[in-house]
Amino acid sequence: MYQYDQIDQTLVDERVAQFRDQVARRLSGAISEEEFKPLRLQNGLYLQLHAYMLRIAIPYGTLSSRQLRALAQIGCKYDRGWGHFTTRQNLQYNWIRLEDAADALADLAKVQMHAIQTSGNCIRNTTTDQFAGAAHDEIEDPRVWCEIIRQWSTFHPEFSFLPRKFKIAVTGSPNDRAAVRVHDIGLRMHRNADGETGFEVIVGGGLGRTPFIGKTIRDFLPKQHLLSYLEAILRVYNQFGRRDNMYKARIKILVHEIGIETMREKVEAEWQSIRDGALQLPQAAIDQIAAHFAPPAFERLSGGVTPDYAAAFRTDFEFGLWARRNTFKHKQPGYSIVTISLKKEGEPPGDMKAEQMLAVADLADRYSFGEIRVTHEQNLVLPHVKQADLPALFRALKAYDLATPNVGLASDIIACPGLDYCALANARSIPIAQQIALRFRNWERAHDIGELKIKISGCINACGHHHVGHIGILGVDKNGEEFYQLTLGGSADQDAALGDILGPALNTAQTVDAIDTLVEIYLRLRSGSDERFLDTYRRVGLQPFREAVYAAA
Amino acid sequence: MPLLKNGQMIGEDAWLSVADDAPLPEHRPALISHARWQAEQEHLAGRNAPLGIRLPNTVDVLDFGPEAGRFDLIVLEFPKFSDGRAYSQARLLRERFGFAGELRATGHVLQDQLWHMQRCGFDAFEIAREGAAEAFAAAMRGFSHVYQPTGDGRISALKQRLAAARKQEAAE
Repeated sequence: MYQYDQIDQTLVDERVAQFRDQVARRLSGAISEEEFKPLRLQNGLYLQLHAYMLRIAIPYGTLSSRQLRALAQIGCKYDRGWGHFTTRQNLQYNWIRLEDAADALADLAKVQMHAIQTSGNCIRNTTTDQFAGAAHDEIEDPRVWCEIIRQWSTFHPEFSFLPRKFKIAVTGSPNDRAAVRVHDIGLRMHRNADGETGFEVIVGGGLGRTPFIGKTIRDFLPKQHLLSYLEAILRVYNQFGRRDNMYKARIKILVHEIGIETMREKVEAEWQSIRDGALQLPQAAIDQIAAHFAPPAFERLSGGVTPDYAAAFRTDFEFGLWARRNTFKHKQPGYSIVTISLKKEGEPPGDMKAEQMLAVADLADRYSFGEIRVTHEQNLVLPHVKQADLPALFRALKAYDLATPNVGLASDIIACPGLDYCALANARSIPIAQQIALRFRNWERAHDIGELKIKISGCINACGHHHVGHIGILGVDKNGEEFYQLTLGGSADQDAALGDILGPALNTAQTVDAIDTLVEIYLRLRSGSDERFLDTYRRVGLQPFREAVYAAA
Repeated sequence: MPLLKNGQMIGEDAWLSVADDAPLPEHRPALISHARWQAEQEHLAGRNAPLGIRLPNTVDVLDFGPEAGRFDLIVLEFPKFSDGRAYSQARLLRERFGFAGELRATGHVLQDQLWHMQRCGFDAFEIAREGAAEAFAAAMRGFSHVYQPTGDGRISALKQRLAAARKQEAAE
């Protein structure tokens, strides 16, 4: 994992001192709320429906056990003993007092964490594959590049007042788990004909009220030019992105309005002027960062199934389900990647109690070299677990309600905080997620249904990624009543697509029934148990699903 | 409006801002609009006293840049603090077109933006609030390190680390 040196630590400490001064000036009335707002936002502090919300950056979703313990402690000290993991691989506290915010940030700084640029019209936390550095299908570890981008984008003097927020995602695997095609910039590592690794650069993707799948602006960018190319894109966007209407200010609108060809001409022209300048990355600098991400001290294992594991798989039905759904193939023989579901049915997706965080920190120390990851689907990951340890880990997780065997299944739902917390929302998201999860609590049925990604947003800003859900659910307000619009066929993966609208919006009870109906139709129409919901939908189209839902309604 | 230049509050601005329809003073430094420059370029080219220009943030600096050397002062505008176009204009003027005169920020210029502004090449600031000189000077000191190379000459963290590693290697 990346460890701060004296430079990083000094900057974060200075930032805390600066913010402490800004809060003091606000509390004394020396600056107005209007002037304070961009300052608090660049430190992750939002004013929500009931209280301030503090959003902590978890750079590219990577946490040490020590950091997770600190998050638990801060949650107890300044919040109500909870934290909420978000689709941006970040953590939010929902009940922070303005007077405490600087102290909370000072506590974070002690474990090399911060809330810098988790909000505001600047470059946000760069996100990546939660299995980075562990997955068997990885070309190269994307965390190295995320860290290089983190440093370049932190306090970037030119790009701190962009037209709108800006999100960058990186994948080092052809199987995209970072949703790079729905980010302002997506970077996909791949090899060119000469076997050299570099980036496909994708620009102008995004969800929100005007969703777009990103377009490729450059097929192959040599790695040493990454920062100059990013700077060229941002410079074009900063000057020419729209500022007259905040809903048209994201780079996706600029790319859409001027077209990808014109965008490419402008960016390439700018890049030609700076590509060989100070932003070029010497190999020695890349190596310095990469050294932080050296693999942990894996044992040499045969990779065969251990007797313990085989016995548990045979005798413990729940363990078998969990091992099938919640583990992923590691690149190191004898190891597995374990996803810890934060989607226990009936609980708000992504929420975690402080005592659960402490337990996971301990388990990470015992079983995963002290490393934890946060996924954009609002779960946690232990990236390096010996297969022989899986039965013991499962039992330990179960004691803390953290062994729900539903990763990728219907109850593994992404949901935004919705009207329960958010000032922008039109409808609640969490209760819908809870009711759907309860419908699919029969594990035999849920596992038979297989992969089904349901994503719920409480308003058109689409924080719950509904556009790219296999089933998307969008909360709308109809004369003060909560209604939900369904979309089908979205995907955030390498085959990214936006969902199609099923039909008129439904009320809460109808919505939950409709999900059940959609699943029944799928089970009837699928060509076999290995055809996923999404594949069946793509094969048969919207019509049978629409008929079934609206015939029943 | 108070003017902060090179960390000092300046009592009186040497520059006279001239309306588009007013005559230019013969011997005093004169600040004109971009529109006037475009309209009277030929006529103004022969002027001997210093000339400054106020550049709207909608002007593409790639078009204007080649003329930048004609001016001793370029004023860039922040109509709202949240409108950050002039940061890019400033860097392009300094780093691409080698503009060496005074680069002044005007408009909604706040204490907490000065660090970013001077990193982008600004060396003068028209600030809205009186009596805040000390606070503004403190804000200019900003952070001990920087992650990005800009034209301000500060050594980026990445380059600092490389230099430290080389030094260590040489010592061993």
